[in-house]
Amino acid sequence: MSMDTVCKPELVARDYKSDIKPVWCPGCGDYSVLSSITKALAELQLPPEDVAVISGIGCSSRIPAYVDCYGFHGVHGRSLPLATGLKVARPDLTVLVASGDGDGFSIGGNHFMHAARRNVDLTYIVMDNRVYGMTKGQPSPTTEPDWDSALAPGGTGISPFRPLVIALAAGANFIARGFAGDPNGTAKLITEAIRHPGFSFVELLSPCITFRPDQKNWKTQVHDAVVDPTDDMGRAARRLMTDDGFNTGVLFTGERAPYQPPVGQATATVSDLEERFAL
Amino acid sequence: MIESEQKPAVQSLSVVLTGSGGSGVITAGTILLEAAAKAGWYGLMTRSVGPQIRGGEAAALIRLSTTPVSAQPDRHDLLIALDWLNVQRFADEMPLDQHSLVIGNSAQSDDVPEFIASSHVRRYDLDFKFMAKAIDGGRPNMIALGCVGKLIGLPDAALDAAVEQSIAKRGPDAVAASAAGVAAGRKAMTDMPTPATLAPGTADADGRWLISGNEAAGMGAVRGGVRFVAAYPITPATEILEWMAPALAKVGGNLVQAEDELASINMTIGGSFGGTPSLTATSGPGLALMTEAIGLAVASEVPIVVVDVMRGGPSTGIPAKSEQSDLNMAINGLPGDAPHIVVAPNSISDCLFTTQWAVHLAEAIQTPALVLSDQSLGQAKAVIERPADLAFMARRLTAETPEAGARYNRYADVASGISPMAVPGTPGCAYTADGLEHSPRGTPSSQAGDHLVQLEKRHRKTADFDYGDHWADSGGDGDSDTVILTWGSCTGAVREALAQLDEGARSARYISLRLLMPAPKEQLIAALEGAERLIVVEQTHSGQFLSYLRAHTGLTRDVEHWCHPGPLPLRPGDIRQLILEGESS
Repeated sequence: MSMDTVCKPELVARDYKSDIKPVWCPGCGDYSVLSSITKALAELQLPPEDVAVISGIGCSSRIPAYVDCYGFHGVHGRSLPLATGLKVARPDLTVLVASGDGDGFSIGGNHFMHAARRNVDLTYIVMDNRVYGMTKGQPSPTTEPDWDSALAPGGTGISPFRPLVIALAAGANFIARGFAGDPNGTAKLITEAIRHPGFSFVELLSPCITFRPDQKNWKTQVHDAVVDPTDDMGRAARRLMTDDGFNTGVLFTGERAPYQPPVGQATATVSDLEERFAL
Repeated sequence: MIESEQKPAVQSLSVVLTGSGGSGVITAGTILLEAAAKAGWYGLMTRSVGPQIRGGEAAALIRLSTTPVSAQPDRHDLLIALDWLNVQRFADEMPLDQHSLVIGNSAQSDDVPEFIASSHVRRYDLDFKFMAKAIDGGRPNMIALGCVGKLIGLPDAALDAAVEQSIAKRGPDAVAASAAGVAAGRKAMTDMPTPATLAPGTADADGRWLISGNEAAGMGAVRGGVRFVAAYPITPATEILEWMAPALAKVGGNLVQAEDELASINMTIGGSFGGTPSLTATSGPGLALMTEAIGLAVASEVPIVVVDVMRGGPSTGIPAKSEQSDLNMAINGLPGDAPHIVVAPNSISDCLFTTQWAVHLAEAIQTPALVLSDQSLGQAKAVIERPADLAFMARRLTAETPEAGARYNRYADVASGISPMAVPGTPGCAYTADGLEHSPRGTPSSQAGDHLVQLEKRHRKTADFDYGDHWADSGGDGDSDTVILTWGSCTGAVREALAQLDEGARSARYISLRLLMPAPKEQLIAALEGAERLIVVEQTHSGQFLSYLRAHTGLTRDVEHWCHPGPLPLRPGDIRQLILEGESS
């Protein structure tokens, strides 16, 4: 056994798990997403201190504290810009962004489009349960139009948002869908998303047992994508526009170069800049 | 004419160049400023534009002097209008009197605006366009420059060199055409009685800078160590960003243009969380969008600098003109009890000092620092002495990997309140920064005890910090019992007014607050000792600065109050009159 392996034992999933107990309800899909994230990090053997998990506000956005990496639990809807600033300033870090359907698609919807367009090397994991859980059961942008709630009696009557279609149209470089009930499959998707350069979007169907008990049926509805990943936007568009929302797997992989202006490569000193003002 | 030639040269004069947008008056104004600098003079150029994006009227208001200039003048000696268009709109901004010379376009002599026609100015018409057409590639703005140079006594060599330097990038033909235009302008003024000539400048003007307040803020940020900027364009702050984008790239940093201010402020927090001193710049409407995330930076203790180049408000307000009316928002705009830093530059040169200081304070204290500049500083250009090198550098207290068995607590309740901040990549210090109230470790907590500990920690680190002598600038007659208390861009006019007070007239001193939050209460009380008469000067409608003084510095005494909204600038004469006669209104 070499010294190297003595000093650096292989990291396992629990090395990435913090000792803080989640606030989630029993049976929440986010538990298994947390487990998938730690499995993916272990698969990639990333030093925990070189990983940052950034989030906004919502049930799913609690994840950073439960992962033993650097993290930021920011304000509602702004995880993507915060992560963008971090990654652009510190391209050496692996930056994951955790969000939900309210945080990511409603209040943070504009940032979603622009993060996809900008194509900074981020992995954006959205736990979609089609409901605002933390505020106790209001409809989100992905909620079915006839879902009854106190805030929208009889349903909103509004068609759901199509996150994967939007991601493709806006320029995301990697698009996948997974199901929280399949933590190993989801861990693989997250691993691939982290490996893929540019903006990677992973939608994870993550049931809310408390406010959407009907989502217990999701395990019977999800199915593997019957097609291979494509890098053809036209094919991907057709696939994403026509799927039933339960099609899981890697659905698009693009080849756009990530946005990363150089950092730390100075060609001038501060005094050189001052010279321009000198008369 | 003979009489005018005997006029003694003055120490300061001012010139306005107006024309339709695209006529090049701003370019001409900039060249005039550069030429003046070459001649050893100081100068200040303020721009005014109408509401149109392009093609509207524009004015370059240039004050030249043998000593540094910090305010707009009480009156203008010379107005040259390449065309009249809607110059009437600028009537309030360019006070003229019977000694002023106005040169208009003779092709438009029927369109002379009411405020000129009805005034007692001396008028003359010149056909700028016709004169320009006589020169291959000639432009009316160069004719005007030649006129100004001749009338004010600007040495030909200085103007010719500045023209050549400015036009060189457009090729030798353009330089020749410009030189011919300047010469034609000079010739046209051969027999013109001058309104005023400026006394010769100092021979040794080397080392001076020509810089705008926005550029100075950017330069201060880079000097202080800022290497990441995220921002969204907004008038009148955009020039900070446009200067910083290439400048940061050269020194190994970078700038991201965000999709909105919600994004730009959060990107800035993200960059700083990663360990890179980070800044954003905006104006009132953008600052309003940023307040939630500035609160996040307070709670999560992430150092950031936000430069607010104030404009007329509320709402979209008057985007290209100045006011000091974001003070309330900067002081009080954050949700919760949110100790943060608010500082204000008091001159173009001070935009550099104060922004660099803000970077230092934000990084040292690990909290947001807001810099309240304004349009009249940001978009004005001045010839200044080279700003001194400052010791203010971004120096953040960072965490080291703890010894085995020890835990790193990001929000530890240390005596100074300033707990070591781990930079991502440091092993053993992984933590989650949080806008939720938290325990010393950073774990979310809604417990009363944790809340109180963290509230007091955050309060302590701003309140107990030693801000040194930089909390204010002061000047004037130090023994005087008349004190003018002001802040920000109003300071320039106050300084000039006090410098101009005749000997024997009533004297005064001034205090200009640079540090607004935390309010320098004890320092101000001490500085006001012996003040019999206190005059508070600010550019708002509702008296935001006086309200701030009452609320945060314990000021209870009666004061005189010069309180006018933008966009008209405070002029030295306003202050002189105030000191000598009291506020007339």
